[in-house]
Amino acid sequence: MYHDNDRSKMFSRRALMLGGGKAVLVGALAARMYYLQVMEADKYAMEAEDNRVSTRLLAPPRGLILDRSGIAMAINQHNYRVMVVAEQTPSLDYTLNALARIITVSDGDRARIHKEVRRRRSFVPISVRENLTWEEVARVEVNAPDLPGIIIDVGQSRSYPLESLGAHILGYVSAVSETELTGDPLEELPGFRIGKGGVERIYDMALRGRHGTSSLEVNAVGRVIRELERKEGEPGVDLTLTLDMKLQEYAAQRLGDESAAVVVMDIHTGDVLVLASTPSFDPNSFNRGLSAEEWKDLSTNPRSPLSNKAIAGQFAPGSTFKLVTALAALEARDITPEMRVFCSGHTQLGSIKFHCWKKEGHGAQDLISGIKNSCDVYFYEVARRTGFEKIAEMAKRFGMGAPTGVDLPGERPGLIPNKEWKKKALKQPWHPGETLINAIGQGYVTATPMQLAVMTARLANGGFAVIPHVARDQIVDKTARPRTAPSWPSLQVSRQSLALVRKGMFAVSNEPGGTAYRARITQEGMWLSGKTGSAQVRRITMRERETGVKKNDQLPWKERDHALFVAYAPEENPRYAIAVVVEHGGGGSAVAAPIARDIMIEVQKRDLARIATNTPADSPDLRRF
Amino acid sequence: MPRPIQRMPSRLNRTEMSIRDKVWQINWSLIAILAAIAGVGFATLYSAAQGSLEPWALKQIIRFAFGIGIMISVALVDLRFWVRHAYLLYAVAVILLVLVEVRGTIGMGAQRWIDLGFIQLQPSEIMKIALILSLARYFHGAGVQEIGRPLFLIPPLIMVFVPAALVLKQPDLGTAMMLVMSSGALFFMAGVRMWKFALVIAGGMGAVPVAWQFLRDYQKKRILIFLNPEDDPLGAGYHITQSKIALGSGGMFGKGYMMGTQSRLNFLPEKQTDFIFTMFAEEWGMMGGMVLLGLYSLLIAFGYAIAIRCRSQFGRLVAHGITTTFFLYFFINTAMVMGLVPVVGVPLPLISYGGTAMLSLLFGWGLVMSAYIHRDVPISRRGAADE
Repeated sequence: MYHDNDRSKMFSRRALMLGGGKAVLVGALAARMYYLQVMEADKYAMEAEDNRVSTRLLAPPRGLILDRSGIAMAINQHNYRVMVVAEQTPSLDYTLNALARIITVSDGDRARIHKEVRRRRSFVPISVRENLTWEEVARVEVNAPDLPGIIIDVGQSRSYPLESLGAHILGYVSAVSETELTGDPLEELPGFRIGKGGVERIYDMALRGRHGTSSLEVNAVGRVIRELERKEGEPGVDLTLTLDMKLQEYAAQRLGDESAAVVVMDIHTGDVLVLASTPSFDPNSFNRGLSAEEWKDLSTNPRSPLSNKAIAGQFAPGSTFKLVTALAALEARDITPEMRVFCSGHTQLGSIKFHCWKKEGHGAQDLISGIKNSCDVYFYEVARRTGFEKIAEMAKRFGMGAPTGVDLPGERPGLIPNKEWKKKALKQPWHPGETLINAIGQGYVTATPMQLAVMTARLANGGFAVIPHVARDQIVDKTARPRTAPSWPSLQVSRQSLALVRKGMFAVSNEPGGTAYRARITQEGMWLSGKTGSAQVRRITMRERETGVKKNDQLPWKERDHALFVAYAPEENPRYAIAVVVEHGGGGSAVAAPIARDIMIEVQKRDLARIATNTPADSPDLRRF
Repeated sequence: MPRPIQRMPSRLNRTEMSIRDKVWQINWSLIAILAAIAGVGFATLYSAAQGSLEPWALKQIIRFAFGIGIMISVALVDLRFWVRHAYLLYAVAVILLVLVEVRGTIGMGAQRWIDLGFIQLQPSEIMKIALILSLARYFHGAGVQEIGRPLFLIPPLIMVFVPAALVLKQPDLGTAMMLVMSSGALFFMAGVRMWKFALVIAGGMGAVPVAWQFLRDYQKKRILIFLNPEDDPLGAGYHITQSKIALGSGGMFGKGYMMGTQSRLNFLPEKQTDFIFTMFAEEWGMMGGMVLLGLYSLLIAFGYAIAIRCRSQFGRLVAHGITTTFFLYFFINTAMVMGLVPVVGVPLPLISYGGTAMLSLLFGWGLVMSAYIHRDVPISRRGAADE
């Protein structure tokens, strides 16, 4: 039969062709494999590694804040959270119901959890409740077998154990807002908090520390398989303040419910020992989250608890400013200390009558008695002789009219006016009468309590430009270095002038008839020298003068005078300066001076400046709890 | 290479062979190669399950054992049986394909199988074999002159067109293309003139723009993404991109058995089925890939040797047809995971996890083995023994 032979031959021929074709295709596969696995291997190896490894940041513990004797002011507390992992629950509602029988879970929380579960991958833990009490944690732990998918997680939260005490110095922490991003990778961490206000803000970078990293192996859906490498970060710098919380507490108590501020500082080193502003607030409440009501209370309170009045409250300094006026005139030799001015209760400048605070007048006054009695008429005359430009210049030398440079955010500059300023700001010429008014610390002049303390310190330390600070150490970048011994520049004021003004201040507090004589310190070696001030905040009309000027306690709070007092102590070899301002408190001698006296007694009892500052115990326990 | 066994030509020549003769003729080296390839599959499936026989490797081993049993049974069946029943089998396969249209189970967005309860029947797999058998049957009886007549080619073309259209409608572009390509190879081997192929290919090229209109969106997308996978690295191009990363990062010697990060961490999609080659090559590197390529090539060479050695045209065409189908599986799958052809759902033969493909492929190799055992049996036009 066999035609089949032809078919067989053709089949073999064609098989060879097709087989050859297949061989070529297999060759192409081999070539492709070579290209991918040898030539491009490095590129793909890198891409595989990128796929596999996800780097996460580790938040370092935030630095502690301690007072000068090591009392913890800001610490990190464990924040116990209950989390639920949806994929480990038989049903989310079953687990939440079981949990709700043990701790309270609000309907709002439930709704939020359900929403988040839908949004995230099922293995991502979702927070059910934060800030559990120890008891709640224990209850959840005990019932763990009946709570599938529930885990307890420990985070860190900032806590201020002294609550409202020192709140204005500390500030608080809260979430980063868009405008505050600095590019620090830590800011990307969910729940990361940065300092807002106070030293938490100004030393935020040092307190933060440096982030660590954890390289994690993740799968295609992002689930973490294991940790490949861990690089711990650096904990934040522990910040020791110059403040003394015992004194601070005393001062805050002494101020009570008044809207007031006290600053006590070391006149040589610039250490701020007390910086109180009342009323205060509890910074912990910012961490917890304020209710709308709490926020309204805080923000609309006329005594403004949120504001740090010690550095941001700008008050007319009243008669405390007369110290500067006197110095300016003495330095310019426009007056001599012996020069006498007769006070009849008022003086006349052109057609305008300027009153002394004492209607009956003080009679003949020289420099010392002028200060001692705080005689307005005497200082009207001084101002008329020397002019306000010189006074303004002296005020600036003593730290007014510009922020003092204390290491706290939000410091206000106060105001020291002059002709130029008035022309610019108010577009009006300077009236001669304004020289008189501003020379006694009324009118346009304003200063912060911090500025008044600095002024007093500079008077008391012999005319050196001390700058206050609240951090014990110098914080450079992210490390703390002890401050070098201060060498403040001289203010170029003669010793004689300073001695004369201080003699006047001594008389105020220690000579019978002085405006603060009743608030003197009688303990030997603790005597203080000061100056009272009562800054008028309302206009006294002619008619009122005729019928009798109203007493402060007859007036509504908002119209009462600000009570001020500045002082230094001890008289021999002074070390501490204080400024007290009680907003609408009434008279300086009746209200502010006794407060200053009491605080200065406490200050000198502790006499911290003469004790070497303790190095606070670097106890790791503090960091944890 | 199998050599014709010279010792007992007289026995093989006979019209009727005894079972004992046939068993004696079983080509054990062919089975060894198949087992070696399947063994690679078991090991890879074990690794894909992160070092566990469950859920894939054990089932695959059982299926393979079962498949080898079927293969040997098929090998022992007289080749003439298949000649006689080729058209019947084809008819059954077409009916099953239609049934799938009517009441098939929906799987992966496509209607591809009938659930018979104990096994999920994939008629397209049966059709791959039935089509080869019936085309071989058709050309077996054709002389050289008949094949030269264009009209003679119309029935086999219809035979190809009907199942290809049904499979395409499922829609399963991969299988439809495989049916067309393996049939094309069979036409070629049967002796259809070269110029006719040239004509069809040219016509096919011209039809591309028309065919494009009929493609499903996901099919169009796959082709477009194949042409430029970087367009959509996280969406539809994700498979190709991740597969290339896995392959490339394997490098020359691989990441080590059970240490492939791409597959272990699930970046690699469908690592136990269509992308199993990638997983293997990630863990074993180019060296492993080459060894596997070598095993497949060896198997295909065996198929060719058997086909050429066959005395009957039916045996030759069946052996070659099955070998070519197997080659297409292997080539399309590996080329796809390497990004050489678009992603189509074609498994890696004997290695990808899956029952029907394994069974139908081993059934096919049973036919090749049968062609080997019955290589010297002459077969008449209608399937009776000559003389």
